[in-house]
Amino acid sequence: MNVAQKLSLNKFVVDEGNPHIVIHPEKMDAETIKALTVVCPAGLYTLDEKGTLAFEFAGCLECGTCRVATAHKPGAMEWNHPRPSFGVQYRWG
Amino acid sequence: MADYDAIVVGAGLSGSTAAYCMAKAGLSVLVIERGEAVGSKNVTGGRLYSHSLEKIFPGFADSAPVERKIVKERISMMTAESCFTVEFASDRLKNPASASYSVMRANFDPWLAAKAEEAGCDVVCPAVADDLLRDGDKIIGIRAGEDELTSDVVLLADGVNSLLGQKAGMKEELSPHQVAVGCKEIVELPKGAINERFGLNDGEGVAHLFAGTPSNALVGGGFLYTNKDTVSIGLVMTVGGLTTSSLRLPDLMEAFRESAPVKPLLAGGTVVEYAAHLVPEGGLRMIPTLSRDNVLLLGDAAGFCLNLAYTVRGMDYAIASGQLAAETVIEAREKNDFSNAVLSGYVSRLEKSYVLKDMKTHKHAPAFIEHTKRLYKAYPELAANVLADIFTVSGPSRLIIRKTLPKIFKAGPFGLLMDGLKGSRAL
Repeated sequence: MNVAQKLSLNKFVVDEGNPHIVIHPEKMDAETIKALTVVCPAGLYTLDEKGTLAFEFAGCLECGTCRVATAHKPGAMEWNHPRPSFGVQYRWG
Repeated sequence: MADYDAIVVGAGLSGSTAAYCMAKAGLSVLVIERGEAVGSKNVTGGRLYSHSLEKIFPGFADSAPVERKIVKERISMMTAESCFTVEFASDRLKNPASASYSVMRANFDPWLAAKAEEAGCDVVCPAVADDLLRDGDKIIGIRAGEDELTSDVVLLADGVNSLLGQKAGMKEELSPHQVAVGCKEIVELPKGAINERFGLNDGEGVAHLFAGTPSNALVGGGFLYTNKDTVSIGLVMTVGGLTTSSLRLPDLMEAFRESAPVKPLLAGGTVVEYAAHLVPEGGLRMIPTLSRDNVLLLGDAAGFCLNLAYTVRGMDYAIASGQLAAETVIEAREKNDFSNAVLSGYVSRLEKSYVLKDMKTHKHAPAFIEHTKRLYKAYPELAANVLADIFTVSGPSRLIIRKTLPKIFKAGPFGLLMDGLKGSRAL
């Protein structure tokens, strides 16, 4: 079972058009970009064929790992909690 | 006049405990929680060592939604082809004073928050505390969306990511070497199947940690906890080490779940949820400023967590910190002084309690666990190879010592000795 299938089991309320995490890849180096694709437990950071970093906030588990992995790169991302009623709703946790 | 004596940010274990204890003493308390329901943003591995909550609610496990009492501890060292497991089962693990329980936070946290509510607290959710409210330099409450709420003291129990702790100037940005990321699947299985597979009676559970291949030689390991009718299976990896990984965390998780020792335990089960959470594992060195005028830091926000490889604790410290924070605020209310002159009594209380004493006792543990790379590859391989030689029979035999010595020499006896010495002072 791949991670996308696992995420589909979770209860999410997506705040369409209002991502709680906004990334600025131009403020990151190649190493940081690579790290993001590896550390995210939901696999939401991906590289396209041109090597551009993309982030899909809809399946975010709100762990904060990406925030920590980019902490040494000021301005690399704006990381916030989703607005009330949005984001993941763990039923077991 | 402030709206409340105390505002608690976060209805996790530290926040709800503090809120309950303060309300019991007659203080007016608001708890603000960002989850749609209490517990819906919270994750544990995990198990709760019950001693700290037992002091507040004696016999709580009889009525609280715990999953199973842990009566069996297992530690496995895995290589690609072998798995060496130590199991300890004992009636001593069942003693109420030292018992531990598997819990699910989405069930457990609402129970504790309800206790706080019954004691007279206002619990508001979902509401996100976006910022602290200030009057000059003084912190006088919180802002949540359009709402401004004031209090004499703000208790930040907003979790490992504590954005407000940073805004209060009490916390630095987390470093990748101080935190681990845990990911976890909840796998549904009939209660009877769990009992049979793990050799348990109703209500009894196992805690199982795995070192070696699950973390792909990086700092981290796997875990498994049995719940009532689900099994929690997951990986915890230090973020610093994981950034150098050639494999993605979700793929490591999948490989662990599909590994030979784990797969049969979960066979026929249905995955029902996938969760992730950060764990503060930096120990004493990452403890932030815990008190300042009008603000205290609690639980994960304060970094109260201890990973000793063979056991991981955090929730019991969170509860203890909530109780000690409440005691301090009650004193501040009596003296009508919420400056750090009185609130720093929280730090003294923590220092006198096991919360900070344990952090000091194990101050070398985080570095030992992060730098002793052999724990994650060489030692599991050594154990597996030695045991493979002992248990495989294909004709002539040799003395055990002749089988094992060359392998120990190959692993480096000096390094083994040094790691043993360092470990004995750290763990």
